[in-house]
Amino acid sequence: MARLILDGVEKSFHGAPVVKDLNLTIEPGEFVALLGPSGCGKSTILRMLAGFESVSEGQIIHGDECLSSMTCHVPTEERNFGMVFQSYALWPHMTVKENVAYPLKVQKTPMAERRKRVKEALEIVQLEEYADRLPAQLSGGQRQRVALARSLVTEPDVVLFDEPLANLDRHLRATMEETFRAFHKRTGATMVYVTHDQSEAMSLADKIAVLKKGQLVQWGTPQELYATPKNTWLANFIGRGSVLSVAAVAPQEYVNGAKLYELICQYSPEKTASSVLVRPQDIEFVSSHDAALEVRVYSCIFRGERYDIELTLNDGQRLLAYSDIPMTLENQHFVRLGQAWSLESES
Amino acid sequence: MTPFLIKRRFALDGMSMDSQLRWLSIGLFVLIAMLSLLPSLRLLVEAVSHTTFSTSSPMADVLKSERTWTALRNSFYTSGLGTLIAVILGCGFGFVVTLTNIRGRSIWVFCFMLPMMIPPQVTALSWLQLFGPASPILNTLGIEPALGSPQPMYSAEGIALLLGIQSAPLVYLALRTQLISLPQDLLEAAQLSRASQFRIWVDIILPLCRSAIIAGAALAFVSSLGNFGIPAMLGIPAGYIVLPTLIYQQMAGFGNDMLSQVAGLSMIIALLVLAGMLLQQWLQQRSRYALLGHTAQSLSFRLKQWRLPLEMLLALILLFILVAPLFALIVSSLVPALGMPLNAETITFGAFYEMLGRQGVTSRAFENSAFLAFFSALVLMLVSLPLGYLLMRLPMRTRAVIASLIEVPYAIPGIVLAIAFILLFAKPLPFIEVSLYGTLGIIFLAYLSCFLSVCLKPVLSAMSQLDPALEEAAQLAGARPIQRLIDIILPLTAPAFFAGGLLVFLISINELTVSALLWGAGNETLGVLIFNLDESGDSVLASAIAVLVVLLVAGLMSLLSLFAPRLPKGVIPWHG
Repeated sequence: MARLILDGVEKSFHGAPVVKDLNLTIEPGEFVALLGPSGCGKSTILRMLAGFESVSEGQIIHGDECLSSMTCHVPTEERNFGMVFQSYALWPHMTVKENVAYPLKVQKTPMAERRKRVKEALEIVQLEEYADRLPAQLSGGQRQRVALARSLVTEPDVVLFDEPLANLDRHLRATMEETFRAFHKRTGATMVYVTHDQSEAMSLADKIAVLKKGQLVQWGTPQELYATPKNTWLANFIGRGSVLSVAAVAPQEYVNGAKLYELICQYSPEKTASSVLVRPQDIEFVSSHDAALEVRVYSCIFRGERYDIELTLNDGQRLLAYSDIPMTLENQHFVRLGQAWSLESES
Repeated sequence: MTPFLIKRRFALDGMSMDSQLRWLSIGLFVLIAMLSLLPSLRLLVEAVSHTTFSTSSPMADVLKSERTWTALRNSFYTSGLGTLIAVILGCGFGFVVTLTNIRGRSIWVFCFMLPMMIPPQVTALSWLQLFGPASPILNTLGIEPALGSPQPMYSAEGIALLLGIQSAPLVYLALRTQLISLPQDLLEAAQLSRASQFRIWVDIILPLCRSAIIAGAALAFVSSLGNFGIPAMLGIPAGYIVLPTLIYQQMAGFGNDMLSQVAGLSMIIALLVLAGMLLQQWLQQRSRYALLGHTAQSLSFRLKQWRLPLEMLLALILLFILVAPLFALIVSSLVPALGMPLNAETITFGAFYEMLGRQGVTSRAFENSAFLAFFSALVLMLVSLPLGYLLMRLPMRTRAVIASLIEVPYAIPGIVLAIAFILLFAKPLPFIEVSLYGTLGIIFLAYLSCFLSVCLKPVLSAMSQLDPALEEAAQLAGARPIQRLIDIILPLTAPAFFAGGLLVFLISINELTVSALLWGAGNETLGVLIFNLDESGDSVLASAIAVLVVLLVAGLMSLLSLFAPRLPKGVIPWHG
């Protein structure tokens, strides 16, 4: 087990930068998600970690070994990494057992040992009785579990996941997330998980690197990202809430109710302004208009456990709130905002 | 940058990694250079080196000679007319078979593609048996023309007709690729705009297919221009000479500058053909309108009451272009001598006994052809695996360049390639002082050069359809390149390999053009045997061999059809 360090890593294809100056330190055994919209460079980072791509600048260090830099490149074959692909990448001409055993066969593990470890790996993913089937005879979720078993059979230092749930339906995703979590707990391997689905990243990862256009936007725990996002883009990307334009305020701090009320009232488009993030659970409907904002109901959508209410402020800005009861459109109400988080403007 | 180049770069930095890939690629690129580039270059050198601006250089002699210009004119006339026939046949067939709900589609296509795979000299022989005063079939029916009346096939138009029939499948194939990509909703949208059937054809289908048809026509023209078997069998007896037969005849007359003159003639054909190929490729690329695959359903018309008449028409055409000549060929092989009718008293398997039993030359020719075909197929299959693998690893542009280099020997006419090989091997090989000229070895090398692209194409197409993650997963499992090739790539692309190998076998087992110039005593091939027998007047014996060859071709084609469900689309020309 060793620490994985990306130090000033850059990657460009034909002169076009795809990953810019990336610095991450991944502790041993950590479950890390690389999160971002498509084209943000997250898959390229994963492919550099796997050794399929070289780095254009900077270095990737694992423990005290340099995996990739301008002067060295440990080939994929010698990295002892596991990987789970979006397309599963199961070899269609081999049975489940043969697929899982292949990495051991390549490493010339003795037969008895090989059989034992394949059995264990298939046990973890609960596919013992499917050992002699061909991949084509399995469902999508089962295939992904075979791929998982194959990636862990050599007890790799690092397991990479490339959008492993993108091809599965919603119900299966929840089950597979549970499988991944249990797998992480059991093996204790370092995991790097690429996804564009923020809820997947939030529920699985210890730490998340959010990327946009090849650049790291924020690096932190899911809680940090949710509570204290760095800028307006990230605030819109993660969790639900409203970004409001208010009178100028210092970035990256909490603004409490009274001050927030003031800032909203003082806001005018002509003066310099700041953005704050208001989460819906911080919005309270009140009956008196004392130190409360006047709003109109713009839309009301039933979500099962509650209603999503979209409100319009007097200056036309929109605000998302939750309510236990339905509300009539265009009706006037008063709300108090408990707190907000001030954001950096998007660079 | 591709992973391949990255690995190479680091390999050069002294890392031990991927020395496997590096050596593999160096070895293969040398091989390609030897097989693909060397012959063409040698020909170019020969044609150019003696070119001076004086009036007596061989090239100048070629250009001054009246025969050159006559042959060139004849070539253009027969190929042009042949192309016209090919376009009419190929388009008519393509539209009917691809766009309508006609029954038994795969059988129609198989029969229509058969003429392309039957060797040209066999086609010519069977048509000769169909017409003329000595035609056994006409004699049997009692409607033979009077003795001494001319054989209608010994004419420019006869040559053109057969060239047209032989290259019609090329037009069909070019058109078909375009037609199957036309989605049904184009037709539905036009119908909703209240376009009549006629307007749909004129405004939508034809414009979308125009470039494909022109590309197919260019291909048919080029292939007709280089065809040797048909003008040799039909033109030489009538004294009607085209470029390939002119080369053949010049080779017979050992003059002073004979080789240089022949090289000059070859260059003329090669240039014409290459120009045609470039035109065809350019058109094919242009014809690729971005047709978005909205529906899985490709365009299809319902024929209703027209279906049966149309099927009968197709049957009639196939009867004329395929069944009748082959039937004539079979009848010819069963009569004791030309000019006799076939009936219960005259029927004899004498020709087959004679050829198979008594004449040692048949079994020798069969052995030679089978040996050449088998080993060409085997060697090319073995080469295609690593070659295809390495090509897939190259950047798109480099891959396209190398792929077209490999294509060159197949594209240039066999007669030109044969001349190039004669020039290359006329002298004993350096260092080992062994002369390949006149041995099977020279034919073998020429086949390797010629058919590499035939074998490689299905392999490349299968490899490009593989999910790259399959190999990457093996890489993560720790497998080195050669192990990945054997464990992962080979099993997954195996059907394409066998298809490629079988195609090579099929084409080379009855190849004529290359071996016609390269064979020596004792080294005749099946193609040469039929040609020689016919030239010396033994049409009955030639027919007997030709019947066997047709059976062999149809059998191999059926065998390939068995692979079809496991192959990528388009690998087997007569399928899909």
